[in-house]
Amino acid sequence: MVDLRPVRPDAEPAAPPPDHRHAKRRSRLARLDMKLSPYLFISPFYVVFLIFGAFPLVFTLWVSLYNWGLASGTREFVGLENFRFLVSDADFWHSVVNTFGIFFLSTVPQLLIALLIANTLSRRMRAATMFRIGMVVPLVTSTAAVAIVFTQLFDRDFGMINWLLDLVGVNPIDWQVSRGWSWVALATMVNWRWTGYNALIYLAAMQAIPKDLYEAAAIDGASRIKQFWRITVPMLQPTIIFTVIISTIGGMQLFVEPVLFGTGTPNRMDGGAVHQFQTVTMYMFDNAFIHDRYGYGATIAWAVFVLIIIFSLLNFLAIRRAGGAK
Amino acid sequence: MRLTRRRGSLSAVAATLAGVLALATACGGNDDSKSGASGAPAPPEKVTLTVDTFGEFGYDQLYKQYMAAHPNVTVKQRKVSTLDDYRPRLQQWMATGSGAGDVVALEEGILPLYMQQASKFVNLFDYGARSLQSNFLPWKWQMGMTPNGQQLVGLGTDIGPLGLCYRTDLFKKAGLPTARDEVSKLWPTWDAFFTTGQKFMAKVPKTKWLDGPTAILRTTVLQNAGAGPGYSFFDKNNNLVFETNPTVKQAFDTTLKFEQAKMTSDMAIFTPPWQTALKRDTFATLPCPSWMLGGIEQFSGSFGKGKWDVAAVPGNSGYWGGSWLAVPKQSKHPKEAAELAKFLTSPQGQVGAFKDKNTFPSSPQAEQDPAVSGAKSAYFNDAPTGQIFGTMAAQVKPVYLGPKHEDVRAAAENVLIAVGQGKVKPNEAWSKAVEAVKKAAR
Repeated sequence: MVDLRPVRPDAEPAAPPPDHRHAKRRSRLARLDMKLSPYLFISPFYVVFLIFGAFPLVFTLWVSLYNWGLASGTREFVGLENFRFLVSDADFWHSVVNTFGIFFLSTVPQLLIALLIANTLSRRMRAATMFRIGMVVPLVTSTAAVAIVFTQLFDRDFGMINWLLDLVGVNPIDWQVSRGWSWVALATMVNWRWTGYNALIYLAAMQAIPKDLYEAAAIDGASRIKQFWRITVPMLQPTIIFTVIISTIGGMQLFVEPVLFGTGTPNRMDGGAVHQFQTVTMYMFDNAFIHDRYGYGATIAWAVFVLIIIFSLLNFLAIRRAGGAK
Repeated sequence: MRLTRRRGSLSAVAATLAGVLALATACGGNDDSKSGASGAPAPPEKVTLTVDTFGEFGYDQLYKQYMAAHPNVTVKQRKVSTLDDYRPRLQQWMATGSGAGDVVALEEGILPLYMQQASKFVNLFDYGARSLQSNFLPWKWQMGMTPNGQQLVGLGTDIGPLGLCYRTDLFKKAGLPTARDEVSKLWPTWDAFFTTGQKFMAKVPKTKWLDGPTAILRTTVLQNAGAGPGYSFFDKNNNLVFETNPTVKQAFDTTLKFEQAKMTSDMAIFTPPWQTALKRDTFATLPCPSWMLGGIEQFSGSFGKGKWDVAAVPGNSGYWGGSWLAVPKQSKHPKEAAELAKFLTSPQGQVGAFKDKNTFPSSPQAEQDPAVSGAKSAYFNDAPTGQIFGTMAAQVKPVYLGPKHEDVRAAAENVLIAVGQGKVKPNEAWSKAVEAVKKAAR
């Protein structure tokens, strides 16, 4: 820990001669300078982190121990009661399943497609820069805009997707009502927005792979596909772990898209009439701010935090093993 | 237009039924002796009052008038465009005890919650508001008071009296009368409304009868509870009585009938599909609070021109939406703030707001003002909207709302919507609703 307390004035009585004492103090200051300064230099980050990172974390934990309502003004200490309730709260686990469902539907295809795109773009081609920049263009649009437009595309009665399905003779799908289809629709929004971003990261990492590896492999007669799986993917492993963890965090926090997707119910945080696409962050917001259960909302927030850590670790281990461990 | 007001497309399209204890308001002990404030000369010190509202309250002109009459007062308005944005801000201000304006608007969906911490608001009875009772519709006045009648938390602003908008062209196609008086006679009750709907859909099968189930439940609960025990989902001790209150079951079953017969489009108001549907023949009727007229005009546009009219709502009474003005205790100038709130909610203030933004007054005096009572809507075939809405609002009976009323209502509505979507079987709807409601009321 950083000790930011002011240096205590010397408590010793003024017995020794003054100049001697000065020298002593100076050397003490110098020592202090040596020890303390480095910490002071790095402290801005930690101070900011303390205020905006650590404090909210601890405060949320504290709030989660209360039956606390912001609007009603209730605040009573209930200990771990909220956590006990959470464990057996079917709605909470329902929202966790939704979140993971949407996560799998978005992350897995997204990262695979990103890998393939990056591999294609890393070859020599015409107008490479244009394609590379074009890839990240979806990122420029705001999440809300993406969600609004896609929600209209997926509309039951007037949406373009159902219109296209109708053209090829497929029955219209009620995207918002069906649990599975609503996940597909939401995953589509996420994929559209983030595939390019991941592809760009992979592309950058691919550029760093030494070319002689490929040349050697080519001389040995390895096909392009074999090169991709045997050289590119293993070499990209740290990058893949990074994107998986970032996607995990993003996926667990999915909020804007499903909120704006929910147009059929009085409360948008419900994620559909039977909560078919209510994610865990929506459930948290719903409790904390709509149903005035601030304390329970904080409990859910902590549960999300723990889930993200566990899930990121699992992903990390899984990918490391899949990549053949180094 | 009041579109932006939209009662929370996000949160519950907020709003509620009516109510508060049917206690005689007179028994609250007379504090009027304290209330010399209104007559006191304006203090010389300069005062800046902040007013927090959402959407359009129509106060811009009124602020100017007030500042002209009170040179020492500067009114600063802080408008947020939607209730959904306003709600969390207000929550923070009230929870942390700072940041709130001197006068804040409390929407009907959040008022019952804040009633639980009435101590954070100034008692307007201490500032001479008791004598204003006759300026407000009785149910509106009662809802602004704490259940024991000791404290006046909020003074009523606007209300959203309920009418029923219908498509004359589609009615004609189905062989139904199209003149609004005759149409109103078609449905004195919700049962009659249901049978009329069936007749309609037999003739025009591609068009649904209603846009969605939300307004039916809201209105039938209010009507049944008002005619019966005076409370709905919660009794007056805040116990959940959803399951045992016969008026609730009755209202639920009425709504369920419409969903079971697939007579609604299961849409929520102001959502994009709903907006598109207004430009098609998707549904024939639409429950219409006064603020809805602007929405229909905007989204139905030239397509619906000359096709819409307004009739009475089945059961003949109802409202949807409306707010109160309150003064938080954290205000540094509670006296001046209370004066401003009294001015804005006075009959002439409400008439002014109506003229500006069509917010329907909660004051009978204002409703009798020719500007309101004579109001007609050109888009709706010159319907005498002032009169229709005035009648609907006057017949509302007070109904007590528990603090979790909104949560319970949304949970019950979800089950009904799910029935329409085929996700819940009609015969399981009630037990599902009871289960969902218990969770929501927690």
